[in-house]
Amino acid sequence: MKRIALTLAGLLLGAAHGAEAANGLRIGLQEDPDFLDPARARSYVSRIVFASLCDKLIDTTPDLKFVPALALSWTWSPDNKVLTLKLRPGVTFQDGEAFDAEAVKYNLDRYRTLPESLRKSEVASIDHVDVVDPLTVALVLKQPDAALVAQLTDRSGMMMAPKATATGNPAAAPVCSGPYKLTERVAQDRIVLDRFPAYWNAGAYHFDRVTFMPIPDTTVRLANLQSGGLDMIERMAATDVKSAEADAKLQVLSVPGLGFMTLEFNVTGDNAKTPVGQDKRVRQAFDLAIDREALNAAVYEGRYTPGSQPFAPASPYHLDQPVPGRDVEKAKALLKAAGVALPVTVKMTLGNDTNTQQLGQVIQAMTAEAGFDLQLQTTEFATLLSQNGAGNFQTTMVGWSGRVDPDGNIHQFVTCKGGLNDMKYCNPAVDALLNEARAVTDPAARKAKYAAAMKIIQDDKPITYLDFEPRIFGAVKTLKGFVPHPDGMIRLQNVTLDR
Amino acid sequence: MLSFIGRRLLLAIPTLVLVSVFTFSLQKLLPGDPVLTLAGEERSPEVLAMLRHKYHLDDPAPVQYLHWIGGVLHGDLGVSLKTDQPVVQMIGQKLPITIELALLAMAIALLLGIPAGVLAATRKGTAVDLGANVLALSGISVPPFWLGVLMILLFAVKLHWLPASGFAPLLEDPVQNLRTMLMPSLVIGAALSASLMRHTRGAMLAVLRADYIRTARAKGLLAPSVVLKHAFRNALVPIVTLTTLLFGELIGGAVLTEQVFTIPGFGKMIVDAVFTRDYAVVQGVVLCVACAFVLLNLLADVLYVVINPRLRVGA
Repeated sequence: MKRIALTLAGLLLGAAHGAEAANGLRIGLQEDPDFLDPARARSYVSRIVFASLCDKLIDTTPDLKFVPALALSWTWSPDNKVLTLKLRPGVTFQDGEAFDAEAVKYNLDRYRTLPESLRKSEVASIDHVDVVDPLTVALVLKQPDAALVAQLTDRSGMMMAPKATATGNPAAAPVCSGPYKLTERVAQDRIVLDRFPAYWNAGAYHFDRVTFMPIPDTTVRLANLQSGGLDMIERMAATDVKSAEADAKLQVLSVPGLGFMTLEFNVTGDNAKTPVGQDKRVRQAFDLAIDREALNAAVYEGRYTPGSQPFAPASPYHLDQPVPGRDVEKAKALLKAAGVALPVTVKMTLGNDTNTQQLGQVIQAMTAEAGFDLQLQTTEFATLLSQNGAGNFQTTMVGWSGRVDPDGNIHQFVTCKGGLNDMKYCNPAVDALLNEARAVTDPAARKAKYAAAMKIIQDDKPITYLDFEPRIFGAVKTLKGFVPHPDGMIRLQNVTLDR
Repeated sequence: MLSFIGRRLLLAIPTLVLVSVFTFSLQKLLPGDPVLTLAGEERSPEVLAMLRHKYHLDDPAPVQYLHWIGGVLHGDLGVSLKTDQPVVQMIGQKLPITIELALLAMAIALLLGIPAGVLAATRKGTAVDLGANVLALSGISVPPFWLGVLMILLFAVKLHWLPASGFAPLLEDPVQNLRTMLMPSLVIGAALSASLMRHTRGAMLAVLRADYIRTARAKGLLAPSVVLKHAFRNALVPIVTLTTLLFGELIGGAVLTEQVFTIPGFGKMIVDAVFTRDYAVVQGVVLCVACAFVLLNLLADVLYVVINPRLRVGA
């Protein structure tokens, strides 16, 4: 009996690493992705899976420059209303169907017209797509749209096999042209991708199998990495970095990301009938009371990048402006000039996760010194989303995952009819500048427009930018060749693992 | 017996109808719009309206309920708003995992809790009793997520004996399956064994004071025979009740434990579904758990009769 028990125990304990593929990579994700169809996907984490599953027309470098992927080149017509793409020859989808201009047209038309498509606003500027020849496609726009190239570096640029997509169930069984194809998905458990041998750049990919495992708890995700259950994890908590760095078997790879945290002030409607909603001096005072460096040190152990703009440090559109320091005296003077009764009560809604609550508490303490009584209302995320959408807030703390193109980080938040303009801020001058920035393709000219718009926004202060979230990855030391990108995607090109 | 079971099953129908109405209405009272969660960062009114229409969220609530319950009667619990997967299929994937976890945890709890309870009762006031009580109190007091994380740190990170998580299906890889299920079953089992031990001890103490036990002892029966054959069998009724109730709760999902060990069971599914306002999934799971409770209650009633022949009269 004892012998049987010992044998059983040995079998259980001894099979420690028996379950993993000989040449596989196991990646721990923070959530379970939603649909694996780029047209319908909405989550950040699904994009991480797409990076191995679905090729895009254009890709980005770590310094956010555009590089060829399925499109070898792209050129604008003189009036910026036609974008012509030359396609890579010899590419096939994972089911053997050929990739060509017709396939690009099919996909872009699908993103524009599929009733459930969540890509519609990203490709809204496209009027129609012309197939010039099998390897040339022209995107004819309704009006110039400088952000379109950046859209093609993300889900709107992901190409799926037309036949399989039209007849199959692309949300559950996507067929793309990426280096790995979907083998299995068990909801909330794992997504298994296997090598696509006919991939056009197969030599640069070194794993036979890539397994994504959603593990929401950051501590448990790290424990899996430490115990050898995973080879790599995304979104390591800033507070876990120290313990991971202390582990000789692990490495931490980090880069300032595109995502940022903001405080939005409701400036119209019933909830804006408060000093902070009515008077920009009160909002300016609130902003001046915040010490971004201290906030970063207190909540994120200094791993975030303090900021006062929506354009990430890696972006060519990052404005060369210093992060404003804290100035309590100036804040008090502004409140005095505004003639408001002290303390100024401000109600702020925020998410109920630990970090956001800590941020709120530190800001509460900081603004109290300037004469504010900040009342925090922590709310579960889905509720927060719908309350903000309905304008039921005075001030709210919300983050944005960030976009490669500057337009995606500002236009829809601050233009009068912007889809994400929950604060209902409206300044025609800002609208004009941001619309003009869409129409020019020259980066320097665009940047000037954004700088001018930001100057007005900084003064009107409907929104306060706090920091940029870093993309922190943890991996075993034997993982080589991985370069963290500000977009947080895991690109496995040239990545190897010595077992 | 069969007519008894039949009667109980008929009585379960109004219970389940009430459960379905309550779950549906309570969900509607939750703030938060599932369509906004579903649409992610897309806010175009046309897209939101299309999604609302597609999932019948633009119908009046009673119509939505009737639409859903009509599907339920045909074995269709709807589709997940998050993944478009049929809820029946999702339950089919998760239920075996949750049942396995519940069975393992229950086995551990019964193996630890009942002998400890019997021992504590028969040695009342001694060091054994005190020790068992202290252990039981710790089992009840220690939060499962904390114990879970500690176990992961010890057995997975430090000793590398067991995987920190990473579930493998029982039929695909039984060894890996047991390896991943061991720690979560122990965490849940430890907590359950504590309440089982307390209840067993209480029930045994009550029975051991009864006249017929004194008689049995006076007749010269050996102590083990008195305890196990005469006392324990009569003490079993409240233990069976507790065991079935605890098992029912486990079918509802050991939320925290599943979350910590990333076991893809009911608990994890329902938490995700509530946070994303995935109504069909929440309703389907709750209905399924309610059915499990009804069946387990019935099982408990049947077991009473098996254990205690006196209850057979009128059954």
